[in-house]
Amino acid sequence: MRLLKTGRWITALGFALLAAVYVRAVAFTPVERMQGVAQKIFYLHVPAAIWTETGMVLVGVASVFFLFLKDPRLAWWTWDARLTLTLLLFLMYVGYLLLRGAVTDPGLRARYAAVLGISGMCLVPFVHLSVYMFRTLHPQPIVLKPSAPSLPGAMLATLAFSFLAFSTLYVGFVTQRYALSLLREQADQHA
Amino acid sequence: MADVLRHAWRLARKDLLVEFRSRTAILSAVVFTVLVLMVFNFGRDPTAVAAVDLAPSILWVTFTFAAMLALNRAFQLELENQALDGLLLAPVSRSSIYLGKLIANLMFVATVEGVGLPRFALFFNVPILNVLGPLLAVIALATLGFVAVGTLFSAMTARTRFAELLLPVLLLPFMIPPLIWAVLATATLLAGRPLSEAAGWLRLLAAFDIVFVTLAFFLFPATVNE
Repeated sequence: MRLLKTGRWITALGFALLAAVYVRAVAFTPVERMQGVAQKIFYLHVPAAIWTETGMVLVGVASVFFLFLKDPRLAWWTWDARLTLTLLLFLMYVGYLLLRGAVTDPGLRARYAAVLGISGMCLVPFVHLSVYMFRTLHPQPIVLKPSAPSLPGAMLATLAFSFLAFSTLYVGFVTQRYALSLLREQADQHA
Repeated sequence: MADVLRHAWRLARKDLLVEFRSRTAILSAVVFTVLVLMVFNFGRDPTAVAAVDLAPSILWVTFTFAAMLALNRAFQLELENQALDGLLLAPVSRSSIYLGKLIANLMFVATVEGVGLPRFALFFNVPILNVLGPLLAVIALATLGFVAVGTLFSAMTARTRFAELLLPVLLLPFMIPPLIWAVLATATLLAGRPLSEAAGWLRLLAAFDIVFVTLAFFLFPATVNE
């Protein structure tokens, strides 16, 4: 199936980019003065976290489409939660998949998943906001803030590069997962 | 809107009447709450950690478990003899069914919390009387938020396999943010600090309530439409 192949290629590209991110982050990005080498986690951690939150929002948007705007005979959103680093969001994804597994009727399953998806999307801002209310290990925002990014050019470039890599990986995973469920649906119809 | 509220109240009354006649669920929930509080008492070392440091967590973990029991019950009640189909055939809007269930669940959880709170103060020797008003406000705000989400989710899980297990798995991620805020606000109050220091948490709780009550109100019809 073409879509599945496309997904594989995008995923492979994402992995290749990710390998390049490691090389660039470790070898070609200056060491941060205060935190030393430990700061390098930033280049992987931030893009991965961005896609964790964005993923839930995408599920929510797709669910809105499904419930209110779209022909309800089609289902278009199963996907995997591999990019997840935030435990809470990770558990939400697990719950989402558990719910899908627990309902046998496809129409009911689709609607239940959509309801949970929209609820999850609305929870993301609260989780995001809570992060700002606590003094955590994480530094305050340095890139997306009202003033200009206070990150040196070389560090910013590595971050942007890694963000591209993670975006590619995300699209790759979703495409494959989507293609797999399409295949499964076709197989079910033939059975 | 007046109709929606009237129907919702009727429905809540029906649920509460069913509960009042048998009193099985409410008694179990109350006994369960007291037992959880007792377990906490044996699970802590009073010489190492002062009761007031642990108290907010104990209170909210207990209320979380109790609420989960109540929420599981709400729609399971309607599964017997296809009562849910009868409810859906009645000339009331889907949203008023949700509101009715929400009101009944809130009353149920409030009763359990009402019994649990004095026991909590007694068992752990926490002085709550001088902060009772603000503490009740925190409890009310947090309870409304997670019962609103829980009522929506229990309508879905009730008709799945493993309903009792699936509801906590789905609901707890949604309960954790309001629980964190509630625990922090409770800790502020129990430490004898002014309510204004907890204003940020209370605002977040209120925002959570508004968003999720509205959301559940509009999403609920999708969980029962055939």
